[in-house]
Amino acid sequence: MDISAINPVLLVASLMVAATPILLAAIGELVVERAGVLNLGVEGMMIIGAISGFAIAVETGSPLLGFIASAIGGAMLSLLFVFLTQVVLANQVASGLALTLFGLGLSALMGQRYVGVRPPQTAHLDIPFLSDMPVLGPILFSHDPILYLSIAIVASIWAVLKYTRAGLILRAVGENHDAAHALGYKVVRIRIMAIMFGGACAGLGGAYISLVRVPQWTEGMTAGVGWIALALVVFASWKPWRVLLGAYLFGGVTVVQLNLQAAGVAIPVEYLAMSPYLITIIVLVILSKDKSSAPASLGRIFHASH
Amino acid sequence: MKLTSLLTGATLALGLAAGGAWADKTKVGFVYVGPVGDGGWTYEHDKGRLAVEAEFGDKVETVFVESVAEGPDAERVMTQMALGGAKLIFTTSFGYMDPTINVAKKFPNVKFEHATGYKTADNVSVYSARFYQGCAIQGHIAGSMTKSNIIGYIGSFPIPEVIRGINSAYIHAKKVNPDVRFKIVWAYTWFDPAKEADAAKVLIEQGADVILQHTDSTAPLAAASEAGNVIGFGQASDMSEYADGPRVSAIIDNWGPYYVERTRAVMDGTWASVNTWNGIGEGMVGIGEITDRVPADVKAEALAMKDAIAAGDYHPFTGPLNKQDGSVWLKDGETADDGTLAGMGFYVEGIEGDIPN
Repeated sequence: MDISAINPVLLVASLMVAATPILLAAIGELVVERAGVLNLGVEGMMIIGAISGFAIAVETGSPLLGFIASAIGGAMLSLLFVFLTQVVLANQVASGLALTLFGLGLSALMGQRYVGVRPPQTAHLDIPFLSDMPVLGPILFSHDPILYLSIAIVASIWAVLKYTRAGLILRAVGENHDAAHALGYKVVRIRIMAIMFGGACAGLGGAYISLVRVPQWTEGMTAGVGWIALALVVFASWKPWRVLLGAYLFGGVTVVQLNLQAAGVAIPVEYLAMSPYLITIIVLVILSKDKSSAPASLGRIFHASH
Repeated sequence: MKLTSLLTGATLALGLAAGGAWADKTKVGFVYVGPVGDGGWTYEHDKGRLAVEAEFGDKVETVFVESVAEGPDAERVMTQMALGGAKLIFTTSFGYMDPTINVAKKFPNVKFEHATGYKTADNVSVYSARFYQGCAIQGHIAGSMTKSNIIGYIGSFPIPEVIRGINSAYIHAKKVNPDVRFKIVWAYTWFDPAKEADAAKVLIEQGADVILQHTDSTAPLAAASEAGNVIGFGQASDMSEYADGPRVSAIIDNWGPYYVERTRAVMDGTWASVNTWNGIGEGMVGIGEITDRVPADVKAEALAMKDAIAAGDYHPFTGPLNKQDGSVWLKDGETADDGTLAGMGFYVEGIEGDIPN
């Protein structure tokens, strides 16, 4: 056993990287669900984001354009879900599952030419002095811009939901779409925007895997992160900061357990391997002892005639 | 995948509609644990499937389902294939062992071939490649080239196949470099690029400058490539796209000839349950080109070892070897028998840590 082999600064820095894809996907899904829509297609939108971002980054040589493309790609795929659930009023669960299957297949097709290609490197923040500080430098000031963006998104979602009229309307639509409709709010339009926002976030999360975390394109490379993001939203009681906490816990414990394994700590590996799931669930369940519950209209189909 | 299964479904419907017109076609099914584009394990099995198609042309029809979870879901997929008229089904991951046996019981007229397992039945064969022979060569190169004397090893699941690989690599790394240490991380997945890359990064952060992997994707090589001064190996496939970077050699699985032979046996009616375990000599395991990053003398030694293994002159598990607890496993000059290797559940002396249950 050799705990000293673990460098705590590198550990914290890399757990933030490991957590960011889940965080992005989960915060997007949080907005969708707060608007009363259950989109199980997160995994599909992520993988489409992963390949669109990867392809555009490779073709243009610019990771930034890649990330923009991934958000557009995710949002475009979510339009399919919009059509199914908001226009022809199909079942949301089935449509979401279909979206995931479709996304996985389509991404494999789109990615044929990109297997084994190396993407341009995403630049990291490098602020003179700040980035060179010991400990704080690597943890706070030397990541890629998307990581900061993800935290900024969480903060602004929280602020919008809590303090703005737009957030209030979004929540109203999610809690009681009939009442919101009676008050004159455009339920379907608001939901479409929320779903597209969720798609864009999931796409960004996917591209974060293919452009920063791995970085390469492999079929099916999101390997279930979308489902973890979905579960996270529920365990986080639909609250933005708890989603951040959950994502960092999950990503963090994953990286920590790999570190402990590599250092040969005498904890049975079986327990280490399940620890990310266990710890994240336990912490979030304890936190959600208050009365927060799911948006009342979650997953219900809305039609103005009802 | 979805499109393929849709198309095969459509073909099947057409076949039924056309009556006996296509009845002489032999249908062969493949169950994959990852996507065919993983660049490693499943990619090579799919190459084997394509070899069957190339060999028999329109006399065969192949179907495959990818990313099938190990466990009950695999039974559903196999049952569906058998009901769909498949005469021969290859199940290509260790975790399909019990599902294969279960489904085989229900379809006595369908032949099953399970990769890397050990349970057979009248209509179930098992086949595997002696990857540990390749691991010996990798261990030799890894031990010779490491400067930090720390070699990182990404394991998938603690099953005999993976443990054999770790032991074989360790023995041969230790032989050329007595100071070498192995740091082993279990990913508990065959295919999860993000996790595989994380594992590689962790090992590199903890000082490893050689990464060995027993998982299916090229992600560890991508992580090694990012880190710079780290080398790695292709696993299951050549992974030559990283040859100008970290990849210095590879273990290549070559399933094509076996799949062709077994399909022919089903067509001829000569299929019988067998237990096949082939290595470098028979061509089921290949060694990917050793790049110029490897010093010439190390490369020559590695190739010599490859030839000796292929000719049967050298066995990677040759005594004297002790188990991790210090007890004697193989005496001087003794070689391991296949039974022990097939069920290997222990580390050899010198490896730190315990094998998870």
